[in-house]
Amino acid sequence: MTTDASSLPKSLTKGSRPPGILTDRTFRVLALIAGLAVLVILALIAIYTTREALPWFREEGFGIFTDNWDPAKNHFGALGLIYGTLLVSVIALVLAVPVSIGIALFVTEVAPRSIRRPIVYTVDLLAAIPSVVYGLWALLVLVEPLASLFESVSDATASIPILNTIFADPSSSGRSFMTAGIIVAIMITPIVTSITREVFATVPESQKEAALAVGATRWEMIRGAVFPHSRSGMVAASMIGLGRALGETIAVALIIGSSQRVTSNILGPGDTLASVIANQFGEASGTHRAALIGCGVVLFAMTIAIGMAARAVVARAERRSAGTT
Amino acid sequence: MKRISACLRWLVPAALIVGLVTSGAAVAGAGGAPARVGPATLNASGATFPQPYYEEVIGAFKAKESGVTINYAGGGSGKGRQDFSDQVVDFAGSDGLFKPEDTANIKGGEFLYFPTVAAPVTVSYNLKGVKGLRLSADTLAKIFQGQIKSWDDPAIKAENPRAKLLSTAITVVHRADGSGTTENFTKYLTAAAPGVWTLGSGSTVSWGSDTQAGQGNSGVGQVIKSTDGAIGYVDFADAKALKLQFASIKNQDGKYVAPSTKATSAAVSKAEVKTDLTYNPLNAAGKDAYPIAAPTWILVYKNQTDNAKGDAIKAFLNFVYGEGQKIAPSVDYAPLPKSLLDKAKAQVKQIAVA
Repeated sequence: MTTDASSLPKSLTKGSRPPGILTDRTFRVLALIAGLAVLVILALIAIYTTREALPWFREEGFGIFTDNWDPAKNHFGALGLIYGTLLVSVIALVLAVPVSIGIALFVTEVAPRSIRRPIVYTVDLLAAIPSVVYGLWALLVLVEPLASLFESVSDATASIPILNTIFADPSSSGRSFMTAGIIVAIMITPIVTSITREVFATVPESQKEAALAVGATRWEMIRGAVFPHSRSGMVAASMIGLGRALGETIAVALIIGSSQRVTSNILGPGDTLASVIANQFGEASGTHRAALIGCGVVLFAMTIAIGMAARAVVARAERRSAGTT
Repeated sequence: MKRISACLRWLVPAALIVGLVTSGAAVAGAGGAPARVGPATLNASGATFPQPYYEEVIGAFKAKESGVTINYAGGGSGKGRQDFSDQVVDFAGSDGLFKPEDTANIKGGEFLYFPTVAAPVTVSYNLKGVKGLRLSADTLAKIFQGQIKSWDDPAIKAENPRAKLLSTAITVVHRADGSGTTENFTKYLTAAAPGVWTLGSGSTVSWGSDTQAGQGNSGVGQVIKSTDGAIGYVDFADAKALKLQFASIKNQDGKYVAPSTKATSAAVSKAEVKTDLTYNPLNAAGKDAYPIAAPTWILVYKNQTDNAKGDAIKAFLNFVYGEGQKIAPSVDYAPLPKSLLDKAKAQVKQIAVA
């Protein structure tokens, strides 16, 4: 970088070095500290929780991946919890992603300009509601009608193979994997919607107009121009939603039914890593406490693994869509 | 004109607040005996089971000793014990005892158990037209383990020959969160139904997959209330507040006793008290004793390093053993029997203030 000193104003060239350089250096150091702080905090959390969880890893060994969570008998196998965490997240994604894409398409492609803002605003408002409020609402309002709905779904599918194991024994109080999945779906809808909306908004107007010009209907235009262009963005949005769903705690703790086991029955009670920590930490001591902190470590690792997998998927989708267009 | 009314709108509540504050201060200044202890702030956490009682007593204590502020944060017995051994609280509440292997990690050295009150754990149920259900420990164990699945089971009928029991399915309701109440209930079943009860005891046990869970005592109570044929264990105060039906439980002497503060005190008086004032009132002998009685303790370090706090803790414990015992029945907790009370009062003197 060469600057002709004589062309600069006099105030800047006074002294040995221009004052702007000093400010710039300070800024760089501050930014570096801020950036490193994130890594340091993350490392400290990982080290501390792992250390606190060591008794669990030592006592159970690979037993931590068995389906046997029984604090009364000092068995802490977390497979049921890992399974529950994934199941609730998958239910939530299956319910939330299509709805979110629908909302995003409606807002970007269908709705008249005047009502776009209110819709976006309302959806974003959902994200501002605290988790515990969703949980309480589900507990006070949702569980009873769901319990009777589950009952009738279970009756209707009693003679259909596969379905009669998935919908086998509905929880009579309405607390189940499904209930938790529904609530988490509502909670992740805003974030998935707003990201897909942003992505759809980046589709070049010219491509959409080109599709319409060759006689495509609106749906054909969306399928041919909007979706291919936004595939990686949609995957990324779903993955961010999944990340949120994995860690959702209080609402899930209130309505999942607290039964720690692997079961194909999604209408029955279950438990997740995050909710078991919230529910049992207060009364836990010794290995039980270590196991609950260990559940946090497992959840941490799962979130990182899924985040990395998501990046890989997005990168691949990007390469593929770059190839097709 | 508009501006004036806007001003008034703000002024009136402001004046009210100022008035309230000053009158409140006047009352506090004029009220009762002069403060003798403090100023001190005691922070505590732990068992939620006696929390309504502690809040009541702390309120009454504050009225007497205005210099002492006590914050009892709840959070569960396990958290209380952890906080206590990490010395982040001045005292802790706990429904259970330290495990021998955990006592090595206690930072503040020697500590004392102070029993405060006891309370029955009810077996509450929801069955239309059935009042005063009678259950023995074996039947109870089989119900909560899912071996007895309907209300017209011969075992239940045999104990309730006159009750109209239909074939309603039994829904077992338990705590979703780890709980001292669960621990006491399962300890009782372990002690009273040996050989039948196989789930063990602890703050969480591995309940059957067809059972239901509720958050806290009130959560369990709500599920029982809204489910026909439900049965669960709920603390006395919440069961009464929700107007639940509760069963009479067969005690060691073969008598069916309904939960009450009196029957709980009877159970506590029969329990064998160890030298550290720990005792186990579960499955107690005596014909008037309600067998599912839950104890609770306050944990205090023997050597207090802060004078003001040490004195405040002593004053609070003396208050609990004096006026506090009279408050207990009004909030559905059982006072301690005299023999235990005398020992506890004597133990307060063991707290050493530097």
